[in-house]
Amino acid sequence: MPDPARDSDVLLRADGIVKHFPIKEGIFFKHQVGSVKAVDGVSLEVRRGETLGLVGETGCGKSTLARCILRLFPLTSGRLTFDGADLSRLSRSQMRPYRRGMQMIFQDPYGSLNPRRRVGSIIGDPLAIHHIAQGAERRKQVQALMEVVGLNPEHYNRFPAEFSGGQRQRIGVARALALRPKLIVCDEPVSALDVSIQAQVINLLEDLQGEFGLTYVFIAHDLAVVQHVSDRVAVMYLGKMVEVAEVKDLYNTPRHPYTNALLSASVVADPDKARSRDRIILSGDVPSPINPPSGCRFRTRCPKAQALCATEEPMLKSGAGDSPSHVTACHFPVADGEKLASEKDTILHAVEGFLAEAPT
Amino acid sequence: MSLSTVEATASQVPEEPAVKGIEGRTPLQLVVARLRTDRVAIASIVVIVLIVVLAIAAPLIAGITGHNAYNANVDNGTDANGQPFPPGTSGYLLGTDNLGRDILVRIAYGARISLVVGVLATAIATVIGVVVGLIAGYFGGWVDNILARIMDVVLSFPYVLFAIVLVSVFGSSLPLTILVIAFFSFAAIGRIVRGQALSQREKEYVEAANSLGAGNIRVMFVDILPNLIAPVIVLATLLIPTAIVFESTLSFLGLGVVPPTPSWGNMLSDAEGVGFQAWWFYIFPMLFLLMTTLAFNLLGDAVRDALDPRAERIFAARRKTKAT
Repeated sequence: MPDPARDSDVLLRADGIVKHFPIKEGIFFKHQVGSVKAVDGVSLEVRRGETLGLVGETGCGKSTLARCILRLFPLTSGRLTFDGADLSRLSRSQMRPYRRGMQMIFQDPYGSLNPRRRVGSIIGDPLAIHHIAQGAERRKQVQALMEVVGLNPEHYNRFPAEFSGGQRQRIGVARALALRPKLIVCDEPVSALDVSIQAQVINLLEDLQGEFGLTYVFIAHDLAVVQHVSDRVAVMYLGKMVEVAEVKDLYNTPRHPYTNALLSASVVADPDKARSRDRIILSGDVPSPINPPSGCRFRTRCPKAQALCATEEPMLKSGAGDSPSHVTACHFPVADGEKLASEKDTILHAVEGFLAEAPT
Repeated sequence: MSLSTVEATASQVPEEPAVKGIEGRTPLQLVVARLRTDRVAIASIVVIVLIVVLAIAAPLIAGITGHNAYNANVDNGTDANGQPFPPGTSGYLLGTDNLGRDILVRIAYGARISLVVGVLATAIATVIGVVVGLIAGYFGGWVDNILARIMDVVLSFPYVLFAIVLVSVFGSSLPLTILVIAFFSFAAIGRIVRGQALSQREKEYVEAANSLGAGNIRVMFVDILPNLIAPVIVLATLLIPTAIVFESTLSFLGLGVVPPTPSWGNMLSDAEGVGFQAWWFYIFPMLFLLMTTLAFNLLGDAVRDALDPRAERIFAARRKTKAT
């Protein structure tokens, strides 16, 4: 049960968010033949002023979850509370007043800006939609926003095509900032940018957080970036949350085998360290979200999977000795210092098998 | 720098900065610049302008020559045997018809009909087509199913038969002609707009507009429509000659513009059965019809090339390779 005393601290609460996309067949009379279970029962809390990192590999439902949080489409089921208001069943027009409090920064700085509209009108769009400022007043506010995000206000009349990728992402940031939202969902805001530009945009986002008291949900697949910006990190796999923890807990003592595998795959700047490190290679591909595995969804690729994993779905719970904020959905969490089957082990195994079978 | 101080400094900046920054060329400026280098486009524009001038000057021509486009003029416009004058006879530059009316004056008035029908019908068809296509493509689902099927039906309709039925019910008139043409043309634009809207609505900028709280109408007309302007302009330019030919067809069949009002179509209809003797009855209306539709068609092609410079321009490429 949520603790009401701490509730004022929580800006956004998601309870069992489910989003299934129907798959339809038939030319004239369409009937549903299945569904893509993009997000399948995710619960999370975002506290005021924090940055919640959301990681997971491609196709695990991160972006769908972000769009669920912003109610860009109706939820299949689940409850979404933002700043005390229940948003889970509101219609498009009922949602409009709440959109002032929550904004989004998109992954693709090219696709997310309308190529036929001038930058001034793109950034001024939220002001126009919510009838905040008109005419010269709007222009003044837009130019102030452009200056805040580090754009030249004189470029007000330019088209998005005349800007570089990093500048375009700044336009997207300015647009998200225009309504002074409480929450900004950043959907891989830097993954389309050059590394040098990534740092600029991330620093900009951090500066803005301090200045405007923003709360971020920061989606990324780059673990180093997430580690740098986040206060807490949530790991997703195939539409489910597998581990949520404070950033230092997650990176130092990852409990879920999937988190371990993810962390072992991230790039380390020190080549000596990188060479000595064991990478955990997961076998197989991500199962299809149309027909996910029973029980624990990770069991098909998990080096620790046992019979229980196929029958019972693990719940998010805090392990013994971990801080209560560190929760893992695993029947057999990885203990401190435990080593999972790594790349070297797998190769050794294969060589041993080969030698055993070889005629002497 | 906090936002409030920035706002304060921004408000002190004069509205027009002394040194003007580099102003980007708008897409329209780019298109005009490309059109100006296209000789075919320039030629078609010249022809279209000449025909527009002819249409506007129709009463002037009637005044100078003293000839009336409408009333029979058998006493002055035909010879002693009641035969029409061939071109160049006694002040009739393009000859007279069997009622002694000046063909030049009638062609000038006919140009008015053709242009008014062409432009008005296309304008109506474009507005309806854009609205219907946007609604169908943006909303999708059953709305799209219904609207797309309606457009399919309209496109497969035997329009001449339909026009005959309408005229027999309401009587032929110019407004009815325009409406009939617009009705049978809108589906051509609607289908293209629908297809484009279907692809545009999946773009991330539409999602961005949704996340800002924009309403459906705003997303359709403020966000998506500007991205469809290029195909719509090309199609509308190409619809004008179709509408002009459509009007001529209807008038030729006696279903369009009512005589004695001259239109190129009913002038051709008057020429029925004259054979080779009175060739000027049909040659001149035909020439004007041909020139007008050809000019609009070529202009449409040129506009398409100018709007989409990536598309292969066969003739332009050949010209360039010759030059180098």
